[in-house]
Amino acid sequence: MTQPQTVEQALDLVPEAGPEAPPPRLQRFQWLGILREASRLTRTRIGLAMVGVIVLIALFGPLVAPHTPTEFIAAPNHGPTSDAILGADALGRDVFSRFLHGGLTVLWMAAAATVLGVVVGTAVGLIAAYSRNWLDGVLMRLNDVLLAFPQIIFVLLAVSAIGPKLWLIVVTVGITHAPRVARVIRGAAQQIVERDFIKAEEVAGERRSRIIMQGLLPNVTSPLLVELGLRMTFSIGLVAAISFLGFGLQPPTADWGLMINENRLSITVMPWGVLLPVLAIAVLTVGTNLVTDGIARAAIGLERSNE
Amino acid sequence: MTRLILRRLALGVLTLFLISLVVFAAVLALPGDAATAILGKEATPDRVAALRDQLHLNDSVITQYLDWIGGVLTGSFGESTSTQQPVSELLSDRVANTGFLVFVAAIVAVPLSIGMGVWTAMRRDRPVDHVLSNGSLVLAALPEFVIGIGLILLFATSVFHWFPAVSLLAPGEKAWSDPSVVVLPAATLVLAVTPYISRIMRGSMIEVLESEYVTMARLKGLPERTVIWRHAVPNAIVPAIQVTALQLAWMAGGVVVVEFVFSYPGIGSLFIDAVDNRDMPVVQTITILAAAIYVVLNLLADLATIAVTPRLRTEAR
Repeated sequence: MTQPQTVEQALDLVPEAGPEAPPPRLQRFQWLGILREASRLTRTRIGLAMVGVIVLIALFGPLVAPHTPTEFIAAPNHGPTSDAILGADALGRDVFSRFLHGGLTVLWMAAAATVLGVVVGTAVGLIAAYSRNWLDGVLMRLNDVLLAFPQIIFVLLAVSAIGPKLWLIVVTVGITHAPRVARVIRGAAQQIVERDFIKAEEVAGERRSRIIMQGLLPNVTSPLLVELGLRMTFSIGLVAAISFLGFGLQPPTADWGLMINENRLSITVMPWGVLLPVLAIAVLTVGTNLVTDGIARAAIGLERSNE
Repeated sequence: MTRLILRRLALGVLTLFLISLVVFAAVLALPGDAATAILGKEATPDRVAALRDQLHLNDSVITQYLDWIGGVLTGSFGESTSTQQPVSELLSDRVANTGFLVFVAAIVAVPLSIGMGVWTAMRRDRPVDHVLSNGSLVLAALPEFVIGIGLILLFATSVFHWFPAVSLLAPGEKAWSDPSVVVLPAATLVLAVTPYISRIMRGSMIEVLESEYVTMARLKGLPERTVIWRHAVPNAIVPAIQVTALQLAWMAGGVVVVEFVFSYPGIGSLFIDAVDNRDMPVVQTITILAAAIYVVLNLLADLATIAVTPRLRTEAR
């Protein structure tokens, strides 16, 4: 440890910290500044609009759907009629109604997995960066072990052991995000840990949990926000892919990933059953990625203007 | 340098050991009795007993692990619980198809994305650069099954009818005997990894192009081609090596979904079937192979980085 040994040394450090280190308190609402900057960029606005449309469909679709998702209304793969404006699926159910009912699950699962992964990953990253000792080594080694599993393979390993449960998918997607987030946050926090204001707080006898939460955390907001967006994009892809593979929601429930799976064999006669959910997932992930890119650009812009 | 390499090797072996513990623990996670969990409640006691025997569930956990890891290290991965065939036999039928698919994808994706990164860096902020970087932002966001189905709609079923939507091969027939079945799955993988590699290459190339030694090389009057390919690219490529290794390792997971989309007869679709049947020996074997590929590729990337970084190469550590 490089902590100062005497009071004189400690006092030596404090004045030095003045001009170069940013006052930690002023950094507290940095994330608001980044988001405000980001919201001025066209790409962020386009991204938000795309996400907004899909979220609205997922939330209010079930209320306006003309049919229930499971009722049979026409012959299998029947073309569009006035009753079923986009035709019937491989079992004769209304494609449009199933589309309107099928978005909510992927959204909440992806959001929950993202929050879990980012919270755990940030905690691990900050603790590893702050500890600067054997704990850092142990945490990073465990990180490497988890990183070695391709995310989808790790989730499916758990699914084959425990079964296709939604909570299991949320938890394992979150777990696979955590080491990836931890690596980024640790990298960002390592530079902050060396700053003098952290040392000053240590000397002042501040609790370690408080230094991490109030000294380190506010200063890694930019990578944290970017990770949040990035992990959301990947969560949507993973959750939808697992459902598409048949290990998410089980039939006859309506779900976008599952719909693609159910209708892909009749893709030539009835492309809507595949096209609609594929488009929705595409618009959603491109939207979240545009927002993430906007946030990343805003964060870099703010950093440059601070220098 | 030797010590650096030995250290990396030792860490790789340690990581592999910990990975094997995680994969092994999956069987312990089976709720209740593993054999009953796999066979279902209606299974006869005889079948449960036979499966318990096959999975060595009557031994202690440590003996189970040692038996299993010993088998993995000697290439005998046990027997599939759903088809009773040796896992190594199931794998060997399909490993060539997956290998061919990933090889084709990699051999296209790596030069393409490195070249694209260099090219867009040299045309920074021009229209081409904007179009390509926004294009890769979109591609990077799309899940691989969305890309795959997009390609099917575009090139197989609805717009053009150039390639088959489903990679049908007779049993035992190898993918290279009918290369048209590989085109769309490989294109999906290429489109999925290219944005990441080209983006990092572009960024690193821009940094290098602004450096003093590149200006120096230009001032010396060297032809632009020499400046780019002899002076700039070899330095700019270092960060791209790591990302390329990560993306190639990602393909081990991506191929699972892509093979399912195209019903391609490879390891990936075998894995999905095994998850469906809760065929733990097959699932565990494929999982540990995928993780091992990641560790090995990372190790190779580290060695390549050492090889192209003179400072690390000559460091007497």
